[in-house]
This record gives sequence, C-alpha cells and structure tokens, in this order.
Amino acid sequence: MTASDPDRVEWESGLDIKPLYGPEDVRSSGGDAGIGEPGEYPFTRGIHPLMYRSRPFTMRQYSGFGTAAETHERFQFLIKQGNTGLNVAFDLPTQCGLDSDDPMAEGEVGRVGMAVDSLADMEEAFADIPLNEITVSLTINGAAVPILAMYFAMARKRGYDLSTLRGNAQNDILKEFIGRGTWIFPVEPSMRLVGDTIEFCADNAPRYSPVSVCGYHIRESGANPAQEMAYGLAIAKAYLDHSLERGLDVNSVARGLTFNFDVFGNLWEQVCKFRAGRRLWAKTVKEQYGATDPKAMQMRMIAGGGGGGLTIEQPDNNIVRGAYYALASALSGTQTMALCSFDEAYTIPTEHAAKLSLRTMQLLIHEIGMSDTVDPLAGSYFIETMTNEMESEIVRLMKKLDDEGGIVANVADGRVQADVSLSAFQRERKIASGEVKKVGVNIHRDSEETQLAVEMHPYRQEEANKQIERLRGVRDDRDEHAVATALDQLRQAAADGQNVMPAAIDAVETYATVGEICGALRDVFGSYSEPIRF
Amino acid sequence: MSSRPIKVLIAKPGLDGHDVGAKIVCRALMQAGMEVIYTGLRLSPAAIAATAAEEDPDVIGLSILSGAPLPLAEKLVDALQEHGVENALLVVGGNIPVQDHDAMRGLGVDGIFPTGTPLEEIVEFIDQEVTR
Repeated sequence: MTASDPDRVEWESGLDIKPLYGPEDVRSSGGDAGIGEPGEYPFTRGIHPLMYRSRPFTMRQYSGFGTAAETHERFQFLIKQGNTGLNVAFDLPTQCGLDSDDPMAEGEVGRVGMAVDSLADMEEAFADIPLNEITVSLTINGAAVPILAMYFAMARKRGYDLSTLRGNAQNDILKEFIGRGTWIFPVEPSMRLVGDTIEFCADNAPRYSPVSVCGYHIRESGANPAQEMAYGLAIAKAYLDHSLERGLDVNSVARGLTFNFDVFGNLWEQVCKFRAGRRLWAKTVKEQYGATDPKAMQMRMIAGGGGGGLTIEQPDNNIVRGAYYALASALSGTQTMALCSFDEAYTIPTEHAAKLSLRTMQLLIHEIGMSDTVDPLAGSYFIETMTNEMESEIVRLMKKLDDEGGIVANVADGRVQADVSLSAFQRERKIASGEVKKVGVNIHRDSEETQLAVEMHPYRQEEANKQIERLRGVRDDRDEHAVATALDQLRQAAADGQNVMPAAIDAVETYATVGEICGALRDVFGSYSEPIRF
Repeated sequence: MSSRPIKVLIAKPGLDGHDVGAKIVCRALMQAGMEVIYTGLRLSPAAIAATAAEEDPDVIGLSILSGAPLPLAEKLVDALQEHGVENALLVVGGNIPVQDHDAMRGLGVDGIFPTGTPLEEIVEFIDQEVTR
C-alpha cells in the first residue's frame, strides 16, 4: 500500500497487485502456455522433472577460515561429515589481487576468508582432498585468473586430469563493478579475462563452471527484484556474446554458466521473479542464440542470502526473516540455498548464528514439507499471472538497457551504478517515510532500543603475521629468474591477445604470487578507475 | 550564512566494497544543497588525506563497513595531520560497534552515524556543526 492511495498494493518491482486473481487474468497476461512441465523447456516449473523429490536443494553456507592450514582442517572435517561440496571464501586482499604483506592488506589478512598468496597456500588447503570426488566453489572475481590458475596447477601437480574436476568459480566481474567492488582491471580487459577463463575451461575442464552470474549483489546494492533479474540476464548474455565472438560453441558456454540470486522482501514477488527468469533465460538461449542442448537452457542457481532485508534493529527478528526467505527460495525451485545469519548486519557470523541458518533450511526439508511435490504454487491464478507480468517487466528492462547501448557500455560509464544507487536511495526514503514498512524500524518499534550483545569477530594479528612470514619464506625459496621469466611471458600473452590462462598457470608453478600476477596484468591493462556518477 | 554551499568529502578507506550506504548519504547531502565529492572504493588513508588537502572540504565523512573501523580511523587521522588538514569536521558512518565509539571520539571524530541512522539526522548534524 502506498501513502497516496491506501487501496493500492504495489510490488517493489513496480507491478500492481489486485485483490483477487482468476483465469481471465492468466489469459490476459500472456496465458498458461509457458507453464510447461518440470524438467522440460522452458523450465518455468524447475529444471528437474522431480525437483526436491529426487534431491533436496543443496545447503551451502559461505564461510572462510583464515589460513590455508585452518581451511584444510575445516575441509577435512566437512568431508568426514559427508559433505561433497566445498565453498571457499577468500580474504579481501586475495580478492583484490594484493599480497598479504601489501600495506593496503593490513588488518584484513585472513579476516573474511582464506588468505592465498601463492600456490603453496592452495596446495596446503587442498592436501589429500580427492579433487575428482568433491565439487569446489571458489568465490573469486577480480583475481579469478591467478586463483583458478593455482587451483588447476595444484590439481595437475597431484596427477588429476583437469577434465575430471567439478565445481565453479564466481568470476562475474560485471556485477563487481555494480556492487561488491573487487574489481582490479578496467571493464574491457576484465571482460576479456572472463572470456579467457571460459575458453580455457571449455577446452580443458568442461565439467568446471567458470562463471556464476550474480544478480545477488546488484539487488543488495539497491536494484528491485525485476532489475536484479534483468541485469543478471543481461550480464549472462554479455558473457555469451563475448564467448561466441571468440568462436566458442553456445551449448558448451551456456552449460557452464550458473546463477546466484537474492531473496528478501515480498515472498510472492521472489517466487514470480525466479519462475519468470528461468523461463526467459531458456527462451533467450534457445531462440536468440540457437542452443540445442536442453542443459544449456537451464538456469541452475543458488538463491537465498537476503542480507539486504536484515536489520540492526531488533536483530532476533532476522532469524524469522531468514526462515521466510528460505521458504521463498524453496518455493522458487533453487538448486542450492545459502542464508545470511541473523547477526550478519553487524559482524561476520558466529558459529551459533551460522548453525541456526543451516537448521532453518533443514527444517524446511524435514518438517515443513518443502520436498513433498514439485513447484507447489504452479497453476495459481495469482502466481501464473504475476509470473507472466514479471517476465514482461524483465524483458522491458532488458530492452531498455540494450537500447541504451548494452550492459557493458552502461557499466563502463557508470550509468548502471547510478541507477542502482538511486533505487537504493529511493528505498531508503520510502523506509523513512513509512511507505515501505520494516518491522522494528518504522513500525512496531520497541520503546527501548534493544542492543544485541554482539560477539564481534576478532582479528587475529598473529595469524596474519604467520601468513606474511610464510609468504616471505616462499619468496626466499623460489627461483627468482624463473618467476621473472614467467611473469614476462604472462605480460606478453596479455599484450598479444592470447589466452592468459596457460601463462598464468606457468607463473603460479614458479610460485609467483597473486599480487605479482595481478601486477603483471595491470602493467598491460592498467587499473580500473571508478566512474563517479549520481 | 555564506552563499557557498557546505562542501563534503565522502570516502571509503580500506578494502571493503559495501558502498550502498556511502552513496545514499552522498545523495541525501546533495539534496540538502551541499557540494559532495565521493572518492570511490579502496583508497589508502594517504590518498584520502591528499584529496582532502586539495579539496579543502568543510566535512570529511568516512564510510566503514568492514567491522573493524578503529585502525582505519586512526590511520586516517594521522594522514590528515600529515597533510595539514585540521579544520574539517570529521564524521564516521557504517558498521561502528558501540564499544568503539569512545575511542573514536578520542581520536577526534566529531560525529558517529551507525547503520540505520536517519538521513535527516546526518544532514542536521552537519548543518549545525559547520560554522563558517
């Protein structure tokens, strides 16, 4: 409801909601022909025929563990518990392409994830772990080239054929320019580096997904749900276009793309966003790109999170919000779910809070009936009408973006960033005016402000010092001539327009560091300079 | 009142990439008629201080959401002194744990605006405190 018209109900995406829906609404919004069957094109009802009846969604919490040694210990624990997938968080210096002894890294080494300086760290983290039996997810973007090179070099050294490796890298640089911010190089060469990793994986590691397209962080930066999906799909298309220009096969590239979306706010709006987005992606890949492999048309995704919906005020409410967000994700047919923890508006989650998030997801499967049947909301006049309307809105936004020069140009000159931050500002204003209601913030406030006794995540300077010592040890022990030669060859490959991945792998094998490799690439590409635009 | 608008420099020290709040505050200050310079992400304290020395703002606002604001604020205060920036009002916003507020004020931080602070409060504070 809005202040101006109390009878009006409007979703964040700008769609009006009627008090009652019937068959006529489904017909007039585009009909029911697009609903289809689960596991069949256009996959509105989900990408598998039996969805959670055959396999419940995977629960994968994002987490990081300081040093490689601690990460290794944690991985072994998780595998013993029966986990078949590992999700690796890196610290901010690693994500920004800085070594642990860089002055800018001070205070951040090993803080939000594992610190990786050289191949030695990757070798230690994954020692004895059967790389062909587990899937490994690497949350790395700007520094994807050195980190992927290290992962592949480590696997090869241990005797694995790269074609047996499964997992994915986040490696969605376009969304880093819009939100999240771990960019390093300018937009054009950044696109080319993503292309290099896609091409390298297509040729050498076809079961490894090189890119996870993230609407998530764009939504967190202020986009509404329809914009989140529109920008996400536009970004996925940009990677497809770039790959096709390099002569790659649309089926193999599209199969390697996965998606990562956010869930907070209106539950129905989320469900319709996902059903519409899944259908639109299938149609786009088939009709616009001529893909023939149904797997290439499937939107495989991780959904959840919801950090943007959590509040500092009355933080216990965030536990309940998380449960609703998880419900929305399950009703949306996600393959994998992750949930932000209730203390995440303040700090890196405690173990207690992270466990509550895991239990929330487990409750949905074991007690609430989320795996009873496939796409339980299908056929609802309301859901099908609004899935149609959401699809039209996403198409409209994507067309507008195309008319304005496309996502890459609009990110490069900062227009997308300005649009998204304007949405964030408007939402903030609506919360301030009470037009958008947040319980505990602008409605049902406590007379006395509850302050959560937050357990702050401590920074462990001794561990950071150990990592820096370790890095110096690596530098002392390596063949400096080999390092310099390998970095020169990497610069050459970058300057000549060759795929940089083989030269990057050669460089990491000499124990060249993340900072040195990104430095060599910066010598050729320069650094990104943020367009400041409001 | 002078006819010149209040000039505010908003900066994000450190590596954390959460810039939603900083940009929202920029817009709110601009709507309130202030002149706003936003530095963008990932600047060193020295780079921020150099910009401050060059722009001579009435207010310097730091947005910190890494969860560890004190060391960054300390470094910035040192860098500002080295660059001879002394008169600007210094405010900090973002994820600022309550237990750090006293130490922040001890460093010379004039205003602390944790996440969730109404935008009007920030605008009013700056309007009142900036005397020209």
